[in-house]
Amino acid sequence: MALSIVESCVNCWACYDVCPSNAIYSSSPHFKINPKKCTECEDDYKHPQCASICPIEGAILDASGAEMNPAGSLTGIPPELLDEAMREIQAR
Amino acid sequence: MELTVLDQETSNEGASSCASGSCGSSNDQMSHLADDIREKVQNHPCYSEEAHHYFARMHVAVAPACNIQCHYCNRKYDCSNESRPGVVSELLTPEEAVMKTKAVAATIPQMTVLGIAGPGDPLANPERTFSTFRMLSEQAPDIKLCVSTNGLALPEAVDELAKHNIDHVTITINCVDPEVGEKIYPWIYWNNKRIRGRKAAKILIEQQQKGLEMLTARGILVKVNSVMIPGVNDEHLKEVSRIVKQKGAFLHNVMPLIAEAEHGTFYGVMGQRGPEPEELQVLQDACAGDMNMMRHCRQCRADAVGLLGEDRGEEFTLDKIAEMNIDYNAAMVTRKAVHEGIIEELNEKQAKRDRLAAVSIPEPKDIIDPKYRPALMAVATSGGGLINQHFGHATEFLIYEASPSGVRFISHRKVDQYCIGGDTCGEKESALSGSIRALKGCEAVLCSKIGYEPWSLLEDAGIVPNGEHAMEPIEEAVLAVYKEMIAAGKLEEAAPAEAVQQVSVG
Repeated sequence: MALSIVESCVNCWACYDVCPSNAIYSSSPHFKINPKKCTECEDDYKHPQCASICPIEGAILDASGAEMNPAGSLTGIPPELLDEAMREIQAR
Repeated sequence: MELTVLDQETSNEGASSCASGSCGSSNDQMSHLADDIREKVQNHPCYSEEAHHYFARMHVAVAPACNIQCHYCNRKYDCSNESRPGVVSELLTPEEAVMKTKAVAATIPQMTVLGIAGPGDPLANPERTFSTFRMLSEQAPDIKLCVSTNGLALPEAVDELAKHNIDHVTITINCVDPEVGEKIYPWIYWNNKRIRGRKAAKILIEQQQKGLEMLTARGILVKVNSVMIPGVNDEHLKEVSRIVKQKGAFLHNVMPLIAEAEHGTFYGVMGQRGPEPEELQVLQDACAGDMNMMRHCRQCRADAVGLLGEDRGEEFTLDKIAEMNIDYNAAMVTRKAVHEGIIEELNEKQAKRDRLAAVSIPEPKDIIDPKYRPALMAVATSGGGLINQHFGHATEFLIYEASPSGVRFISHRKVDQYCIGGDTCGEKESALSGSIRALKGCEAVLCSKIGYEPWSLLEDAGIVPNGEHAMEPIEEAVLAVYKEMIAAGKLEEAAPAEAVQQVSVG
């Protein structure tokens, strides 16, 4: 059971600082998670910390490979409502 | 003659009642500050409009992590061609940052201020930020340290900030109402959870206000930055201004939203517009009240180096620094002499202004009939408070408003440089028309020199080019041109159509 970081990572260090298991390391071209150390924060927090602070949608995957922060989840706008939101904002 | 430049309140002639020696004679927005604060900011380019012509600043990018998301920010920050805040090309370790700071301080002795501003939130990176400050306060005690933050982690950092002798903190406060805040901040990371919506905005606002109160209680100077987002917080910023001033912030800096689709920010992608220069100016005037407003902010990158408006970061990449051999003790001696020279020059100017202000009755020839309308003028300068830049070399113009009550600095406008010499002049035509567009609303442009081609294009656009005041102090030259315009009968006509909406009705 471990999370992983994929190439959309922007190397902002935020996850590195909050990981309670020191499982995250700086690497090229992007940060990585050591699967042997990652506990998905099970014993420490209700939510995995890296996925709770990561600013990039889709950059962190769960053990099954699903995106922890899917498209639209961090902007707060569900993709199906994007067009409507866009019209509203452009009218400002 | 020497000119009295007026800021907001004093532009109502005669309305201000003065305690002797403390009013009506300052040429920047510092005139209402207590003497001890003025002393602290007189060599700080970001806080004093006058100082920004003489002193330089730098930011070191040691703080990549952030604890909130703002809709005007995109955390992809690797582009060297961008000049937005929060964008950097090279992250530094604290040790590298200290090396770079000392190299810049030795090479550019007028650099007085080192700030940590990102590219994330400095206080969301407490170890990297504070170890940089700790080393710098030991190794380069002649550099002022400052930090800017979104405020979320501020209350818990106040003790540490006070310890490092950081006497200036900037907090970005875009709202005091969670209903407004939820349209700006989609989430925050707080107590080990991602929190969204109005609840997130409420926590952020509470932390910002608490941090502001704690800092001012300790005598640490606080500047508040706000991003003006049309249709979201533009009206609301008047209330923000009132509240932060009441809590002791000494400056409020209202900046325009920068939003382009290619930046990949939420606002950029969604088509949220930024304010027009005139909308910004009207809001800045409305927020001013008796509070100090900043108009010379350049919204620097988190790794900017040099005078405001210039970026010499390229000269100080890690490779280049490694080859420099810096003797910081020797540099400190030079720096001290340079700083004293500049302060002396500024004090002389101030004394001259005070002398003139003390003369009770101005010469009749210096009084301008209040019937004349104000006019906007653009100035090309490379620093020192002088008109000393070639039109074609200007990367930005400073915009001044001249009116019967005096001359005041309004804003700066960035332009694309059309003439950088040599083989690169191919696309002159389009870039030149770009610079002319940037001067929209101005009736004259003052520079040290100007080529024939831009001269005639400017005239066609209704902007009078003027190279006759080269090397003169800016405000004096602007006033002289204003008087020439009066003499020529130009100010009895209405302003050119485009200029009308630009000129504030104050």
